[in-house]
Amino acid sequence: MQLEQIAIFLENKAGRLAEITQILAEHGINIRAMSLADTADFGILRLIVNDTDRACQVLRDAGFTVGRTEVVVVAVPDRPGGLASVLNTLTEAELNVEYMYAFSQKSGDTGLLIFRIEDLDRARSVLQAAGHRLLSGEEVSAL
Amino acid sequence: MIWNEEYETMPRADLRALQLERLQETVERVYARVPYYRQKMEEAGVTPADIKGLDDLRRLPFTTKEDLRQNYPFGLFTVPLDRVVRVHASSGTTGKPTVVGYTKRDIRTWAELMSRTLAAAGVRRGDVVQNAYGYGLFTGGLGAHYGAENLGATVVPISGGQTKRQIQIMRDFGSTVLLSTPSYALNIADVMADLGVDPQKDLKLRVGVFGAEPWSENMREEIERRLGIKAIDIYGLSEVIGPGVAAECLEAQNGLHIFEDHFIPEIVDPTTLEPVADGEAGELVFTTITKEAFPVIRYRTKDICRLITEPCVCGRSFVRMPKITGRTDDMLIIRGVNVFPSQVEHVLMGIKGVEPHYQIVVDRQGTMDTMEVQVEVSEAVFSDEIKHLERLAQQIQRDIKDLLGVSCTVRLVEPKSIQRSEGKAKRVIDKRQL
Ligand SMILES: [Zn+2]
Repeated sequence: MQLEQIAIFLENKAGRLAEITQILAEHGINIRAMSLADTADFGILRLIVNDTDRACQVLRDAGFTVGRTEVVVVAVPDRPGGLASVLNTLTEAELNVEYMYAFSQKSGDTGLLIFRIEDLDRARSVLQAAGHRLLSGEEVSAL
Repeated sequence: MIWNEEYETMPRADLRALQLERLQETVERVYARVPYYRQKMEEAGVTPADIKGLDDLRRLPFTTKEDLRQNYPFGLFTVPLDRVVRVHASSGTTGKPTVVGYTKRDIRTWAELMSRTLAAAGVRRGDVVQNAYGYGLFTGGLGAHYGAENLGATVVPISGGQTKRQIQIMRDFGSTVLLSTPSYALNIADVMADLGVDPQKDLKLRVGVFGAEPWSENMREEIERRLGIKAIDIYGLSEVIGPGVAAECLEAQNGLHIFEDHFIPEIVDPTTLEPVADGEAGELVFTTITKEAFPVIRYRTKDICRLITEPCVCGRSFVRMPKITGRTDDMLIIRGVNVFPSQVEHVLMGIKGVEPHYQIVVDRQGTMDTMEVQVEVSEAVFSDEIKHLERLAQQIQRDIKDLLGVSCTVRLVEPKSIQRSEGKAKRVIDKRQL
């Protein structure tokens, strides 16, 4: 069930993002979802990959500061209203979303919503009770 | 334990009266007997008669290491050589060494001060004191030796080095006290680990008294943990007397009591040489007021420190000095404020998880100096949330402002992005065209 996201600290220097994708590609690691949050001085790159352990290892070896955080990944039909219904469920349960990002899949019929939420256990049960489909780590790796 | 209740707990008013009397006597003596001091005082327009109160101390000229070199070897001694029973010398990294001398009474004073130092660390009669400070021209070994003997402890004068033998003797003799530099204590701990010696089971070591080099609170924790002892900090320099200028008490382990009945400390701004406000950091300056052979007047130590005047739980009335936070040689002046890289390091070490990998970049925009502190983000402080990292940067900024009194910008940078030359990080980049 557990699904982890990798976060990487980035100075806002040209080419660092490309360097990371290059390193992962060289090691045959696939990026399933990504988001970059940044300020004037630095950025945090968040990634969902098919092999979290290995990705952390190779990025650390390359000298990056890497962190792992558990997140919830919800698969929604890729059509209007998909995101809204998930957000409604979370709002009604008064669950606070630290941040989220979305990703469409190649096949095109489902989208992935990645949520960073403090109270993960409750979020999972609330979402499942409302009939949303949560993806496990294995399912994400297999995508 | 307090070795000398009468002096170490003397009420401040009485202590000040005693200091003045001793200061006046010392100034008269150096003026009468040392042409070099007399000339400097004449140039400063001051005579011994002008020293009417302790505040008049600041009218006297400073003494620097350069003054000692110019008078190499015995030019600043105030007694004929036939009254000097011992000399020590500190190796000069540049030029001539600094030579200091002691009369019989000076040796007794020094032993008394080292007895106080060891007693403050909880050392007593019956302790087996392994003295691993170097014996020889360096003041550490013999200074500690006489003090421990005077206290009535059993002294093992092993000196530094031969670590395996140190450990064997420590075990066989049941040493309870280790005297050494803090880095050598860690070296001993490493060798113990290699030999499979467990300090808790195999040794009787209880306390270590460490000095002669700067060390951090982290180092203290490491020594205490690995050797299973209390680690006590002491301070001294040969120009003043050697070890035994100031000592930490076991009760508080918070600042070193300066033996003010023998030395008057001052904190001055290293650029203006004026006294700083109470409690502020600056250069530590000492005047000796009981030494016979080699008194010093306002000797500039180049060590950066402040004074704590609040009373201590141990009952000693002497002021305390926290650990030395830097050397004047490393000083930067930013917007007129003296800044020491070690102060920045001190702030970073105070924040959980932050490693002291940093660089200070000083620049000038128009007429305004700017300071940017770059701090490497370690995994211990990294977060996947922007707000946490921004909060960290703000905290560092605030703490630096609080401690140094100068505002700066803080930039979080990737690990290993700070330039290192020969493995050693370059701490300061000054881009100002002055
Ligand atoms: Zn105390």
